[in-house]
Amino acid sequence: MVDTLLQALTELLSLKHLAYMFLGLFVGLLIGILPALGGIAGLSLLIPFIYGMDQVSALAMLIGLLAIMPTGDTFSSILLGIPGGSSSQATVLDGFPLAKKGEAARALSTAFISSMFGGVFGALVLTGFVFIARPVILAFGSAELFMLALLGLSMVAVLSGRSLVKGVGACCIGLVIGSIGAAPATGEFRMVFDIEYLYDGIPLVVVGMGVFAIPEIVDLMRQNQSIAGDMPLGKGWGRGIRDWANNWFLSLRCSAVGCIVGVIPGLGGSVVDWIAYGHAVQTSKDTSNFGKGDIRGVIAPESANNAMTGGAMLPTILFGIPGSGAMAVFLGCMVLIGIEPGPSMVTTDLHLTYTMIWSLALANIFGALACVALARPISGLTKIPFQYMAPFLIVMISFAAFQSTRSIDDLIALLLLGCVGVLMKRFGWSRPALLIGYVLAPQAETFLYQAVQFNGWSFLARPGVIIIGLLTLASIFFGLRNRVDEHGHVVPVQDNAPDVPQFRAHLPQIGFAAVVVAVMGFALFDSLQHDFLGKIFPLSVAVVGLVIVSVLLWELWVGKPGHHSHFDAELTGEHVGKAGVHGMWSGLGWLAALVVLSTLVGFVLGVAVFFLAFMRLRVGATWFRSLHMTAWAVGGIVLAAWLLSLNFPSGLLQSLVHLPWPLR
Amino acid sequence: MSEPVGFTRRAVLGLAAGAFALGLAGPAAAEVDFAGKTIEWVIPFSAGGGSDTWARFNAPLLSKYLPGKPVVVVVNEPGGGSTKGTNLFAARAEPDGLMILGTSGSTQFPYLLGDPRVRYDYKDWKIAMAGPTGGVVYTTPALGLKGPEDIGQLKGKDLVYASQGATSLDLVPLLGFRLMGLNVQHVFGFKGRGDGRLAFERGEVNIDYQTSSAYLKNVQPLVEAGQAVPLFSWGVLNEAGEVVRDPTFPDLPSFVEAYETMTGAPPSGPDYDAYFAFFTAGFPAQKMVFLPKDTPDEIVAAYQKAFEDMKADPDYQASAEAVLGSYGQVTGALAQALFEKGTTLQPELRSRVAGMLASEYGVKLGEE
Repeated sequence: MVDTLLQALTELLSLKHLAYMFLGLFVGLLIGILPALGGIAGLSLLIPFIYGMDQVSALAMLIGLLAIMPTGDTFSSILLGIPGGSSSQATVLDGFPLAKKGEAARALSTAFISSMFGGVFGALVLTGFVFIARPVILAFGSAELFMLALLGLSMVAVLSGRSLVKGVGACCIGLVIGSIGAAPATGEFRMVFDIEYLYDGIPLVVVGMGVFAIPEIVDLMRQNQSIAGDMPLGKGWGRGIRDWANNWFLSLRCSAVGCIVGVIPGLGGSVVDWIAYGHAVQTSKDTSNFGKGDIRGVIAPESANNAMTGGAMLPTILFGIPGSGAMAVFLGCMVLIGIEPGPSMVTTDLHLTYTMIWSLALANIFGALACVALARPISGLTKIPFQYMAPFLIVMISFAAFQSTRSIDDLIALLLLGCVGVLMKRFGWSRPALLIGYVLAPQAETFLYQAVQFNGWSFLARPGVIIIGLLTLASIFFGLRNRVDEHGHVVPVQDNAPDVPQFRAHLPQIGFAAVVVAVMGFALFDSLQHDFLGKIFPLSVAVVGLVIVSVLLWELWVGKPGHHSHFDAELTGEHVGKAGVHGMWSGLGWLAALVVLSTLVGFVLGVAVFFLAFMRLRVGATWFRSLHMTAWAVGGIVLAAWLLSLNFPSGLLQSLVHLPWPLR
Repeated sequence: MSEPVGFTRRAVLGLAAGAFALGLAGPAAAEVDFAGKTIEWVIPFSAGGGSDTWARFNAPLLSKYLPGKPVVVVVNEPGGGSTKGTNLFAARAEPDGLMILGTSGSTQFPYLLGDPRVRYDYKDWKIAMAGPTGGVVYTTPALGLKGPEDIGQLKGKDLVYASQGATSLDLVPLLGFRLMGLNVQHVFGFKGRGDGRLAFERGEVNIDYQTSSAYLKNVQPLVEAGQAVPLFSWGVLNEAGEVVRDPTFPDLPSFVEAYETMTGAPPSGPDYDAYFAFFTAGFPAQKMVFLPKDTPDEIVAAYQKAFEDMKADPDYQASAEAVLGSYGQVTGALAQALFEKGTTLQPELRSRVAGMLASEYGVKLGEE
């Protein structure tokens, strides 16, 4: 084993293999820095090159790319408040407030060290674990996987914010969104309204971007200043390193969590950051700063998401079961270079497994160093007036959103979910709770159904189920005690928040809650149309949602001003009463304009018109400058589309006239 | 769709092809040359799946062996269980050989079952290549079986199978087991055959099948360790359209032989015909490459020749086993025969299957 380990290292350290690893790193870094584009896009870029490459070089390149993805993602999460990828959403919660305070450099350096530690830890664990992984993975049956989904859902407790009913309500919205599409047991289509787009369910990228990125952009667009405002950028490198060193044990625990979540197939990594974040809050004594820029809120998710990449490789190479979209593409690449996953990866092909592990470790170290070097220039973005960045971000997010199904419907769904996200942010509903519900809904439903089919209800007596069940209870208990939201620590709940003491002023939030009740009512009605196995899950969710949100509605209606359920950023936010603040719908209006233009003239022409209009009407830039910026934006997306060989969604114009690529 | 007002290279080529069809162009135009062109290979699945890997394996070789060495790019158009990308090809492709479609069993099945999302018709296309695949059904020794000859012992046993869904490719085992009279509980919601194999190894299910390459890599070791017992292969079609033993597994009976062992007579009747249609669409004719029907024969021939020529390429031979699972890709008359068998289903057989799925599994195949 040690021989193979060293042999794999010497093989990898040849100039050629290292060069390919750096190529992978470079592409990964580029893609990672751009918000919302992730491993799938990066691997798709590299696939044409792996043809005819030797296996070691190809693996080094692919893993170089995958390893750096969760590190590079951190830039946009911390600097722009836009999740760089589905597993770095939680980093936004504390990383972005740090950037707003001018402590971007500190947050970034801590994040990169945590990432490096997590990644190397993941590689180390893999080295030994790969031999015992088979029985461990096989120990997790459908019953245990269902319980793990519940454990994930228990994180809603800690992330639900000041009003627990709002948190649970948000989670129910997520569960309802997650159950759109085919029912796992019967294949019946639920809540699809005969819209073909909805048959497959709403893609993760669209939900993530709609709920997290759009509200942030909309908020920033209201005030025409830069993200960091007048704050100096600060150095803080030394402090960042000290911050990590002071919390090394937290980083270690979260790396372990990340590894485990990655190793267990079927769990998917998209909530690993929230699980790690929740864990950090649950186990902290002083939680008063979480959500406002606590460095531990950066360390936890960043340690976990890099460690997860290592863990996720195990089910992929040992069983051929990819845990995520990126791993699915990686699996395809492995087959293309003639490696087939299976038990031989720990016997005859062990050197390939070790090549992957070494690549992972080296790529994490070099990747973190590269990010450290880039951090200073890239943090400069937070000093650019946001109105120059907003259109680029809107276009990039739209581009990323339609990667999922390559249809204009992705943009429409993004806009609608963006509205939901903006309103949830305004009225203090927990968006992480929605996301956790959305991601875990299909898993909880599928695994419960399978567990009951395989074991009957006696599955509840399995030892693994009981252990995970106890962990879930502990997680809820500690979670409720240490609840946080984006306004910080909220326990013990006090009914003395600033508020406007007029019933009329509360009407908007009452209205939103009423709409949620209506949505739950509709989900209930829709579920009744289906067979027992197709209806039981959405029916239960809708009933819980109806009860919970009705309680909330009652609290909002009769609660005294300052009651913990009351929250409306338009009444009490910092911007209220300031001059030069745009309305909250302005940003959404611009996004809507892009969507409408795209449905009319296709995405590329839509972007061109949108950009020019934004620069001229909103920013008031000169014609020269506007055209210049538009050219960059259009050129950028056309180049990206050409590299990824994808067609843009076409609009009304394209159905009338045949245009050459990329306009068609 | 109205006749496009256009100025693309496609329209120009289309015009040229039209002119050729009218006999205006000389014989020189029969030379197909894709030099400087880009060919889009539409794959109605997302990146990373089996069909995507299959196309990405073939694309560079196709580029190398097509006249003029055009660039061949794989364009993923996933969605709607592969109906979205296929609809798009049906609406957009022109008969110039610059856009081709790769389909899979998951594209054939909704078409055969009459899924309302299907707006394509296989009869509108010409086949360039068919890629057969195969698989082996196996069970656990815990049921008392020693080998394929003991299959009769499965009668009356409670079997559990991890299925991806009643209208997925797992419809073939569903129909096959049912035909054999096996008492199988199908548990749905699995993400792929690899997922199902994991459930088998965990002991949650006791009957499973894997495609040939996955079987060789992952189940053969279990068989050798005494943890799995092979039962039969699905078999392959010979030129006469009969099911025969899979050459990859010459020692295993085919489905038809296994059926005879169990029941004493060869399979026949409408239930077998229904099984046979879906079996053909799902295995011997699983992967197919299409061009629009009006594409000139020279272009189709150029594609067929390229698919034949690439078989001698060392790059092809290096990964063919892992990607294609030891089945050669076929063209010409055999491909045509597979195409016809794999995309035709008598209406009464369709209603038979639809009725069975609705009554036994609560599957509704769309409003009609």
